[in-house]
Amino acid sequence: MNEPSLTRAFTLLLRRDLTLAFRHRSELANPLLFFVIVISLFPMGVSPESRVLQMIAPGVIWVAALLATMLSLDMMFRSDYEDGSLEQLLLSPHPVSVLVLAKVLAHWLVTGLPLLVLAPLLGVLLFLPIEAMPALVASLALGTPLLSLIGSIGMALTVGLRRSGVLLSLLVLPLYVPVLIFGANAVDAAAAGLPVTGQMYFLGAMLVLALSLSPLATAASLRISVS
Amino acid sequence: MWAFLHRFASPRYFYNLSGRLIPWLGWFTLILMLAGLYLGLVWAPTDYQQGDSYRIIFVHVPSAWMSMFIYVVMAVASAIMLVWKIKLADVVAQSSAVVGASFTFLALVTGSLWGKPMWGAWWVWDARLTSELILLFLYFGYMALRAAIEDRNTAARAGAVLSLVGVVNIPIIHYSVYWWNTLHQGATVTKFAAPSIDVRMLIPLLVMALAFKLYYFTTMLMSARCEVLERERNNTWVQELAEKKA
Repeated sequence: MNEPSLTRAFTLLLRRDLTLAFRHRSELANPLLFFVIVISLFPMGVSPESRVLQMIAPGVIWVAALLATMLSLDMMFRSDYEDGSLEQLLLSPHPVSVLVLAKVLAHWLVTGLPLLVLAPLLGVLLFLPIEAMPALVASLALGTPLLSLIGSIGMALTVGLRRSGVLLSLLVLPLYVPVLIFGANAVDAAAAGLPVTGQMYFLGAMLVLALSLSPLATAASLRISVS
Repeated sequence: MWAFLHRFASPRYFYNLSGRLIPWLGWFTLILMLAGLYLGLVWAPTDYQQGDSYRIIFVHVPSAWMSMFIYVVMAVASAIMLVWKIKLADVVAQSSAVVGASFTFLALVTGSLWGKPMWGAWWVWDARLTSELILLFLYFGYMALRAAIEDRNTAARAGAVLSLVGVVNIPIIHYSVYWWNTLHQGATVTKFAAPSIDVRMLIPLLVMALAFKLYYFTTMLMSARCEVLERERNNTWVQELAEKKA
């Protein structure tokens, strides 16, 4: 039996995950709806005043993005674990970490990327100044793949457990802290008219670190969870 | 060399050796702790600025050091367990987590008690406090993950991966929080120049730090011993031991 090359396996897995996601369109919208609803709660819960909202906007958008990503982590491995295709994935002759990367990329394309599109709109709703919008989109562009990558480790560790929701947040949220700090800080600085290159470099550096290390950890965790 | 190490890694040898070590460690801990408390609470001079309330650092600083030290020990033990499949390393990691979480909690509580009179607030979102709090969450996550997985082997390996991921993140968290917001006083002991702390305050601090370290080893070994007995309960040497005791 001849097996597909690694690039082919990567694209096949990516296409499969994307197809699966688009077949469940209602599920696809859930994290986004959650993102919008959480953000719209703040004007009602904190204060509708534009000055207050403008001040908390970067943090609120970032925290909502973080929670939305975390909620959507379940779709990364859960159904594959239940129908057994995850085991097949682990049995494949290709390095599991590369295949994991394909799954994480698919996850980011269906959850992180829409967040990027939606974020400026919500920024307007929270009276974020126009100058901060590029920084908001750029920090989310660097930060949301990071969230997917770190989250994949936590998800892989808990995929074998029946009720993993709360445990997953306990594992993943502390690790999200640096992303949140630099992401929200970049938007904050941009809104104040300050340069944001430093924060962007940090997000980029963390993204490179996570890209190189987290697929290995996720692959190891999957082997542990499935065995 | 390898034979020696392998012998040490055998649960039975560990059980016997730790049984002989624990009383010694325990007495040393007690002596050092009493000496440290005496030196810290009586002998050390009063701070010209903070008065006597600074004396809480003799508990606060060592426990903050220990909270990080124990996490690193846990991660190293986890790596040993993953690479060489030494089960004893996992026992060490598991027993360390509880002690580490307690020290983290102690550091947070004493810091908060000190913060009220000094900063006028129980809690401030300052860099060190926040990273210490996140460290506590990491410990909780580790313990919760282990508790959630029924199979002991799976739990050990999953916990090991998590602690390694956490240890990669600790410097990132530490520095990110540092750049984010800071009120806590800077390092006075661990900086490269001569320590800017008075020698008469430094000595009790170091004595207490040593006492805390020994305390950690004592309690960790004690709980590791229990864990070894429980894990090896189907082996003959444990059953012989039980018969001898009975």
